[in-house]
Amino acid sequence: MVRSVAFAVLLLAVARVSAHAATIQISVQNMEFSPTVVSAKVGDTIEWNNKDVLLHSATARNGDFDANLPPKKTGSVVLKKAGTIDYYCRYHPNMKATINVAP
Amino acid sequence: MFVRSSTALAVICLSSSIAMAQGAKLTDPEIAHIAYTAGEIDIKAAKQAIEKASNKEVKQFAQDMERDHRAVNKQALALVKKLKVTPEDNDTSKALSKQASEKLTELGKLKGAAFDKAYIENEVAYHKTVDSALETQLIPSATNEELKGLLQTGLKIFQGHEQHAEHVEADLK
Repeated sequence: MVRSVAFAVLLLAVARVSAHAATIQISVQNMEFSPTVVSAKVGDTIEWNNKDVLLHSATARNGDFDANLPPKKTGSVVLKKAGTIDYYCRYHPNMKATINVAP
Repeated sequence: MFVRSSTALAVICLSSSIAMAQGAKLTDPEIAHIAYTAGEIDIKAAKQAIEKASNKEVKQFAQDMERDHRAVNKQALALVKKLKVTPEDNDTSKALSKQASEKLTELGKLKGAAFDKAYIENEVAYHKTVDSALETQLIPSATNEELKGLLQTGLKIFQGHEQHAEHVEADLK
């Protein structure tokens, strides 16, 4: 009995986390992040899909993350804290975008 | 002043050499050769800069140019192979190569900050010229849709390079 209650609680906890955490897709194509501004919550995953034949990166100006995005590959980060994060591509500094992270 | 006027002159020469072919419509094999040659020229310039540049930002820019133009030209080669097109040498690509080798020699004589400045100024001017040629001549003349698409992607990339070069140039001042 105790064990099954514990299991139910665990299931509930898992369901709660997965219901909250979302994966937000950002496309990287023709030297542009799209969309350039996204809204997310702490715990969400940002996944960049690099469709270019070029090496890109998603590098946060505040140092929160630095994801390498090889040609035709994806890269992702999990958002750890709230705030506005401006990021750019290290190899093409004119590529810029923003993530608004809510608590 | 000398550097600036010689850069301006190079741009004029380059523009007029691309304009030479304007009379007769460029064919797809000619367009492919011009686009590929333009990429190879920037790779050679980048190699020289990786070796000679003293400023860290300039050196990194050159590394970015080498990597990007290699990636684009690799894609261009794959496309011409797929389309069974043999790139054809022509007056425009010949003129481009000749001017580029003169520029390499000219830059080869410079050192330190003078080299960095001249290389970046030439990169701004060169990308401007190539972007304008892509926009006004190569893209409108291309008949194959896949070739046209690749040139359009190339234009986006080279416009990004132009902005990047302008940014580095501003930082040097």
